[in-house]
Amino acid sequence: MEKSEIPAVRNNNERGTSDNFQPLFSTGVGINEATIKQISQAKHEPAWMLGLRLKAYQIYLQKPLPSYGPNLSNIDLDHIKYFQRATDHVARKWDEVPATIKQTFERLGVPEAERQYLAGSAAQYESEAVYRNLKHDLEAQGIIFMDTDTALQNHSELVRQYFGKLVSADDNKFAALNTAVWSGGTFLYVPKNVHADVPIQSYFRINAGRTGQFERTLIIVDEGGSVNYVEGCTAPNYSEDSLHAAVVEVFVKKGGYCRYTTIQNWSTNVYSLETKRAQAQAHSTMEWVDGNLGSKVTMKYPSIYLAGEGSSGSMLSIAAAGENMHQDTGAKMIHLAPQTRSSIVSKSICHDGGRADYRGLIKYASTAAQAQAHVECDTILMDNKSSSDTFPVNEIATSDGTIEHEARVSKVSEEQLYYLQSRGIDEATATQLIVMGFLEPFTKQLPMEYAVELNRLIQFQMEGSIG
Amino acid sequence: MASLQIQNLQVAVNDTLILKGVNLEIKAGEIHALMGPNGTGKSTLSEVIMGNPRYQIIGGNILFNGQDLTQMTVDERARSGLFLAMQYPPEVPGISNADFIHSALNARAQEKAVAVLPFLQDLQQQMQFLSIPEAYAERGLNADFSGGEKKRNEILQMLMLQPQLAILDEIDSGLDIDALQVVAKGINAMRSCQFSCLMVTHYQRLLNYVVPDVVHIMIDGKIVKTGGFQLAQELEQTGYEHLLKESNHE
Repeated sequence: MEKSEIPAVRNNNERGTSDNFQPLFSTGVGINEATIKQISQAKHEPAWMLGLRLKAYQIYLQKPLPSYGPNLSNIDLDHIKYFQRATDHVARKWDEVPATIKQTFERLGVPEAERQYLAGSAAQYESEAVYRNLKHDLEAQGIIFMDTDTALQNHSELVRQYFGKLVSADDNKFAALNTAVWSGGTFLYVPKNVHADVPIQSYFRINAGRTGQFERTLIIVDEGGSVNYVEGCTAPNYSEDSLHAAVVEVFVKKGGYCRYTTIQNWSTNVYSLETKRAQAQAHSTMEWVDGNLGSKVTMKYPSIYLAGEGSSGSMLSIAAAGENMHQDTGAKMIHLAPQTRSSIVSKSICHDGGRADYRGLIKYASTAAQAQAHVECDTILMDNKSSSDTFPVNEIATSDGTIEHEARVSKVSEEQLYYLQSRGIDEATATQLIVMGFLEPFTKQLPMEYAVELNRLIQFQMEGSIG
Repeated sequence: MASLQIQNLQVAVNDTLILKGVNLEIKAGEIHALMGPNGTGKSTLSEVIMGNPRYQIIGGNILFNGQDLTQMTVDERARSGLFLAMQYPPEVPGISNADFIHSALNARAQEKAVAVLPFLQDLQQQMQFLSIPEAYAERGLNADFSGGEKKRNEILQMLMLQPQLAILDEIDSGLDIDALQVVAKGINAMRSCQFSCLMVTHYQRLLNYVVPDVVHIMIDGKIVKTGGFQLAQELEQTGYEHLLKESNHE
């Protein structure tokens, strides 16, 4: 949102002169082998991680940009700061936060303390006590929950066992880049038969305001375990960093369950290029719930490798694309074992000339007997300037599977509008209600406070475009 | 004072003239029935009073409590006390019935929002009155409702919104006798000296349960006959046939 209000990247001097700030460790702009060594050294990483980073860097140099989807040629990869200490993000004074962002916080009813944190002008959100209690509960259950850098220090072997095993550096250019320069992200391990009954969100709702550029998230749900993990937040994530290339890997072991809910609302200068992948073993379930608002360009196709017999995977997503936004999102379901099931439900709203495309893959390997898949893409176009396309691909190597595919592009129905208006509801409010109704299959899956915020945000975002 | 006053109304759909000079006056507290064969313009009249954008007014006036309705948007008309129970209410999935009605009440309340708890109690009471299962409050608006359930839901909305003038467009079509009685009970519950109603119907059946003060017969875009309840009873005997012939003579 509010692209015109976002200031150009400020230089370090400006920051340095601020009274509250010490110059912080940063590798400066650009990337080369020396900067990667610096990053690894600054974090006291084991040698194997440095090796992985350097190898990934070579792959990054060789890989071309993706040949499909939105235009990425405007990203200036040489002028990105690839590493800076997390606290560096606190450099902004509240006064410097664009008025439009503040206004959005106001409209969303985000509490004062959270606003400052989300806008990057407060170092700590005052939820330390809550966080400590939560942490204690989780530890008592044997759950490991920390940022990935800390996990690399404290649980090096566990990290090594899984890191990059689903998303290898040579997967794509941005996965390679992430592997070379990653920092931060979440590490979560749920032991056998443990149910993480505290929804892991209360702390992260806040912490997500500080997501790094190149996060690396690793989740392992051991046999029979389950977790419902929620990250991100609906409030606008005001970021000066123009490129975000995260990698998420999720392993769900036999009989396990994982739901991973993400809501992202980047400012409209951001290219968000993420690689998210999960592996589901026998009779396990993996669910992605993914909401994308904002950003200049988002390319994200969470995938699930249904590797074990009877496993199932689902993807439920929404994308809202307004002026100058291009959301290229979808999902990939790779069926590798018998009796595997998958479902993709993708909903998008395009307004003020925004574009939201669906790009998806259903693949039945020859080993995936009796596979089932269901794909549903629904789009509402709010005006004639906005557009949407679907690019579904099916690769089928079996003869006994079933695939259902439905795609609909519609405008807000005049008949529905008239009906709502005939009860006294004005046109703008009626349109909002209909759009909220359209998104309801998604919002009802969210924790309550998220759903409320998401609705308010979309209403706010679309305000100019209706009525 | 007349609640609704229609003078020489002419209306076209896609450049075809449907209403060819309708005159109609409904006083506060009266219930009128509008009868006539298929395709004579009864639904057109209902929709044009509500303001459906599909219809173009070629000439004439529609006054509601002395106000010119044709200058008002659909939602303004509704907020001024007009209600239309539609012949085919559309489905709006994802918005619960309760939220929808609450939004409609809030739209009327303007400044202060309608408190949720008393609203829910009132809703529950009215749903019980109309034998609508409690779970329907949280179901999507008309979503996957049967034809009869949709009609009953229109009556529920009328009871909740308490309009001054309700137009019920074939509220009786597709109803079995039990449902018809429930719908009639709802309409009768609205009767008061401040409430007026126009019931559009093909059949006399509904009128046995909701006895109208005035009956109009519309043929070929005009009201050709107006009388009391006995006019509807006569029609039951003679059908529309002879009226059609009469109108062709003219």
